[in-house]
Amino acid sequence: MELKAAGTAGTLESSDVMVTLEPTNDGKIDLTLESSVINQYGRQIKATVLESLERLGVKSAKVIVNDHGALDCTIKARVECAFYRGCQCDMDGKFDWGGVIR
Amino acid sequence: MSLPRPKPEKFRLRRTMMFMNAQKPGLIKDAYIYGADSIMLDLEDAVAENQKDSARFSLYHALKTIDYGDTEVIVRINGLDTPHWKEDIRVCVAGGCDGIRIAKTESAQDVITVDQAVTEAEKEFGVEVGRTLLMAALESPKGVLNAYEICKASPRLFGVALSGGDYRKCMQVKVIPGGIEMLFARGLMLNAARAAGIQCFDTVFTNLNDDEGFRAEVKQNVEMGFDGKSLINPKQIPIVHEMLAPSQKEIAEAEKIVRAYREHASEGVGVFTLDNGKMIDIAFVPGAERVIKLAKASGIYEGDL
Amino acid sequence: MKNAVGREIPAEALAVELKNGRKYEPYQGKGYRDGKYIKKAGPTTKIYENPQESKILPSIRDAVIACGIKDGMTVSFHHHFRNGDYIVNMVMKEIVDLGIKDITIAASSLGDAHDPIAEYIEKGIVTGIQTSGIRGKMGDVVSHGKLKTPAILRSHGGRVRAIEEGDVHIDVAFIGAPTSDEYGNARALGGKGDCGVLSYAVPDSEYADKVVVITDTLVPYPNFPPSIHGVNVDYVVKVDEIGNPKKIASAAARMTQNPRDLMMAENTAKVIAACPWFKDGFSFQTGAGGPSLAVNRFLEPLMDAKGIKMAWAIGGITAAICELQRKGKVGKIIDVQDFDTGAIEDIRTNPNHFEMTASEYANPANKGAFVNKLDFVVLAALEVDTDFNVNVITGSDGVLRGAPGGHPDTAEGAKCCVIVTPLTRGRMATICEHVVTVTTPGDCVDVVVTDYGTAVNPRRKDIIEALDAAGIKHVPIKQLQEKAYSLVGKPDDLQFKDKVVAILEARDGTILDVVKEIKPFEF
Repeated sequence: MELKAAGTAGTLESSDVMVTLEPTNDGKIDLTLESSVINQYGRQIKATVLESLERLGVKSAKVIVNDHGALDCTIKARVECAFYRGCQCDMDGKFDWGGVIR
Repeated sequence: MSLPRPKPEKFRLRRTMMFMNAQKPGLIKDAYIYGADSIMLDLEDAVAENQKDSARFSLYHALKTIDYGDTEVIVRINGLDTPHWKEDIRVCVAGGCDGIRIAKTESAQDVITVDQAVTEAEKEFGVEVGRTLLMAALESPKGVLNAYEICKASPRLFGVALSGGDYRKCMQVKVIPGGIEMLFARGLMLNAARAAGIQCFDTVFTNLNDDEGFRAEVKQNVEMGFDGKSLINPKQIPIVHEMLAPSQKEIAEAEKIVRAYREHASEGVGVFTLDNGKMIDIAFVPGAERVIKLAKASGIYEGDL
Repeated sequence: MKNAVGREIPAEALAVELKNGRKYEPYQGKGYRDGKYIKKAGPTTKIYENPQESKILPSIRDAVIACGIKDGMTVSFHHHFRNGDYIVNMVMKEIVDLGIKDITIAASSLGDAHDPIAEYIEKGIVTGIQTSGIRGKMGDVVSHGKLKTPAILRSHGGRVRAIEEGDVHIDVAFIGAPTSDEYGNARALGGKGDCGVLSYAVPDSEYADKVVVITDTLVPYPNFPPSIHGVNVDYVVKVDEIGNPKKIASAAARMTQNPRDLMMAENTAKVIAACPWFKDGFSFQTGAGGPSLAVNRFLEPLMDAKGIKMAWAIGGITAAICELQRKGKVGKIIDVQDFDTGAIEDIRTNPNHFEMTASEYANPANKGAFVNKLDFVVLAALEVDTDFNVNVITGSDGVLRGAPGGHPDTAEGAKCCVIVTPLTRGRMATICEHVVTVTTPGDCVDVVVTDYGTAVNPRRKDIIEALDAAGIKHVPIKQLQEKAYSLVGKPDDLQFKDKVVAILEARDGTILDVVKEIKPFEF
């Protein structure tokens, strides 16, 4: 599965996070992270995003994360959703629950 | 982090089932704090058509991460007439929810179709086959007429629920205080559920400002014999619990029956007389036990049974 | 040196000079100064023996000049106009335009309406801030170390004590008033932007060397009964508008429909009803925030069930408590601030709704303020830690954005202080291991009600017994904190530089905590 276009998921509501992934070809993860709780959770949010990307096999992408206090489970869900949307796969197709999605 | 939930109990107390949009992180993270017996994470009507994928990711991680404790976690999946339901079932099973609510159930075949997909998913994700429970929502005149067949369609099925909004539309009626417009559907569905030995739940009451109307409807639900009700707001929970709570007189009577039965059973006696002269046999016991269970859940039981 | 709430108070803070030469001490625990004596610091005021027709000056600039404001002086303001206030900005603009510098602003509170002051701080014109509340841009620049001296943050009662004791000396008080006569008798009713009461401005009128009343509505002499007495006033200035009436008095806060808030409010009411002080003639204060305000609604049926009435309610007053009084369930309302038009309308017409001064409300150094007779107070919090210390001033980013207000005063005075707060806000754990800043010490906080359960301060064995007797479940606060962290993760500690940007005074004038300059976040 590979990013074909920009994919976005999530909202700017409180307790949610908006994640956008854009394909690049420089082999780097270029992460921009804004968060209402950056002082206390910035490191944890960054680690969660990078772990999810690694599981999904994303090696080269521009990643924009705009967080309003989302929990880790929400951050993972939004990164994964943004990725599969960017891959332009069937929204009702068979997803890898418990595999790369976990 | 993964939280395998204990195996769901088919016939547990389900007085209140509260609907939650599975797509809203602020809602699903701790929906259990309001004390509903079951929460209903919704992939269907609450989720916009272009967010069905996003809601599944949210749901999966919520199920895997959040400790819902004793609260039962049920997921309402999209109807069988949509392209979404198959993947909804996969995510429900993979996430390990307790039960699935089948929207717009029209026939026994609908239940069988879902049952088969659930079995397939259970095998795929290494979940014990039969673990995932089902409930069927009847939303149309046809579904109501097929209630008995639906109720018998799967050993996974713990109950049926009425969905008033769609049903009323089909019947070309509006909400009437007193519920005359729903009398037939409620009566038939209750009868079918009891005949099949499963539970039965009433539809939501949507006017949040009408406390009196809500109480009247819950009172009618109790009198008709419903096990519980679907809810849309946490403030409705304590009202249902209060109105379903047995009276102290009922509790005392139930206690007597259970105690006397246990005593006599150990002596091998199946039929006996209470001190008030009432003849009791084993048929009275499940009802009495249910009263004690309700009293405990309502926080009003102080005995030691 | 560590103080009684375990906070390290740097020498830099202890060395901050107070006007009367009093030396700062670290917080020693509640009741530390009880029974000691103070010498009140009187102002130096001008004699007006010869009759004058009027004290009216044509403009604020004329008043600034007439008062002889010079570099290094302290000017004061009140916060009864809340977010509608124009006074602070109008006066400060004149002072700055006259080239006066090194000014200390000593306000009863400052808010979002005062963003322009941030610029004066950055330019080094305003060099001192003494206030209860600090928010918006001003909170930001102070947190980033732009103010020359540490801001001093006090409770409402602590401010009166500081003024009376002479910790702060007000050179000129500028008192915005909805109405005034030509001699400075000022009232909070009858004008274009009524605020109901002027309680917080009273100490300023009594202890400042010079007092200026600013109004947009001049009324015939004598404007009686006044909140601010003309005998204390040097000058009166009429301006076009003292503030934005819509923001001075907001419409009554709608009762929250948020199920979480309602659940917490109901549980708070049950805690109150389980306490021995919940009997006929009890006294009560609650805030205007969602769950605090909703407590009124849940208390009423519990009062009815027990057949009891409230003797008096104090504090910031809302329409909700006035409504309860109209139903005959509250004896008297004693008012220090009005939060909505309902409360203002009520004090206009209700003979059992009275204005009090800030000192009567909460001053710990007078001979017994209202808070000392209070049975119950319900308060909110940004954070509460496992020692029951409360933070209401610094956000999760360490930036100043709140106000101790009457929180520490009522918490210490009341027999039972209940904090009501959700366990988490977004990803911020409200119940935490250590609050960022202690604004109310844990030895004054008795019960914490959250959406995940209630905790009672182990110091309050009497309340624990009362709740147990009533069958109200409670858990150790540690359990709530652990639950919070299990939901949101353990927060990283905020990063601060060494510079002290604000001193949090306990109400007795010792140092409860300090706020340091925030370090911009880096990965």
